[in-house]
Amino acid sequence: MAIAKKSVVWVLFAAGGTISSFLFPALITLFLLIALGFTPDGLQYEQFHTFAASLLGKACLFVVLFLSLWHAAHRLRVVFHDFGVRKDRLIANAVYLVATVGTVMTAFYLYMI
Amino acid sequence: MELEVMRYDPEKDKEPWFQSYSVPCEDDWAILDAINYVKDNIDTTLSYRWSCHMMVCGSCGMMVNGEPSLTCKTFIRNLPDKVRIEPLENFPIERDLVVVLDDVMQKLHKVQPYIIRKDDPPEGKEYQQSRGALAKFKQYTMCINCMCCYSACPQYGLNNDFIGPAALALAHRYNLDSRDQGKSQRLNILADHDGVWDCSFVGACSEVCPKHVDPAAAIQQMKIDGAMEFWKQKMGFPGGDS
Amino acid sequence: MSRQPYVRPFSKTTWYMRNGRYKVYMLREMTCLLVGFYAFLTIFALAALAAGADQWNNFLASQQNTAMIAFHAFALLYFLFYQTFAWFKLAPKAMPLQLGEKILPGSIIVIGHYVAWAVLSAVIFWLAGVI
Repeated sequence: MAIAKKSVVWVLFAAGGTISSFLFPALITLFLLIALGFTPDGLQYEQFHTFAASLLGKACLFVVLFLSLWHAAHRLRVVFHDFGVRKDRLIANAVYLVATVGTVMTAFYLYMI
Repeated sequence: MELEVMRYDPEKDKEPWFQSYSVPCEDDWAILDAINYVKDNIDTTLSYRWSCHMMVCGSCGMMVNGEPSLTCKTFIRNLPDKVRIEPLENFPIERDLVVVLDDVMQKLHKVQPYIIRKDDPPEGKEYQQSRGALAKFKQYTMCINCMCCYSACPQYGLNNDFIGPAALALAHRYNLDSRDQGKSQRLNILADHDGVWDCSFVGACSEVCPKHVDPAAAIQQMKIDGAMEFWKQKMGFPGGDS
Repeated sequence: MSRQPYVRPFSKTTWYMRNGRYKVYMLREMTCLLVGFYAFLTIFALAALAAGADQWNNFLASQQNTAMIAFHAFALLYFLFYQTFAWFKLAPKAMPLQLGEKILPGSIIVIGHYVAWAVLSAVIFWLAGVI
């Protein structure tokens, strides 16, 4: 088949870019609030643990993190290419490996919650 | 105004150099008029391509102060007093402002830019197409092959094998044409290596296009088409048309 | 007449410095580093959450310093302008809308994105107890 495998990872990239564009500003704001010492009630242990332990919570968190990881990985591969780094095979394997590790970590910790 | 023009004589020069010309300009001139003035009155050895002077032939593309431009559409009233003219970026220089366009000519052919059908036309009749169906692809028919988009595209600069904006926009024009049945067949070429995936949506091509074809949009839409086609073929649907 | 086409050098490492458009593109693409950073920060947060209340509170405390405040503030602005707003601006190109003979203006899609973004952000803030 002539259609390159890049089409698969591109879908993850596009979905991840869309989801991170919508959700990450709010996410970063939450981290900012925590850093400022204004941790909101929903992020106190009891409340957040309840959310993250629910099936819906796990599904949401997994999908968002999975897509964001692969978006960042593929885009970083393109960034290296744009900076003139010629070892595309090596870079691709490295970034996708990191994304895979992140995915496994996400699944593991969500399972443990 | 002062024109700084890149010169290159393949028989005499080792590399290109700049020559300055002082040109008395009229207010309503395009930069092409200034170049024509140079050729007619100052230096007849200057070589460059031009023809219609009305933005339909695509011949007069050049770099004007570093920006790929159609010189018959770039007016001196919008430019500073000193203008640098160079041949289109990302192409080998043949002579002076003339570039070698063999590569893109070959790519225009590669994308199969013609109606592909599985059946024959109905006897003595023409294919019907509504105005709505025409509107769907009309913008992509406007390309005049000026190749400014290839000059603007850094991915083409980084990888000369990239099929490139104009050829891909042309392919999309046929994919969107209701009379065409060759989308799957074309996608096998477009979604292959050096095809749509080489595009990282810089968007410079669409910004410099003098005819507002928007090749960047065409390519993004074909990435979606390509991804869907990949799964269609994986799931065993024949390379048919949608 | 002999041909000797001249190929101008193209710097694969510094081409983007040639004009403002390219520089903005590179800054836009670099937001992937922020996406990766916050993805992993969230993963480490989940790790702390999984380990128990003490570890979670330790994680929260570890975030509370000026360096993190400055970084999050910078990241928020950078991300908003170079990812979110840029992504929304380009969205209509991938999904053209047509009604009959007329191609609808892309601003419809862009506004739709902003509305959806406002709603989703509001939902997240409400779930988190910010509003």
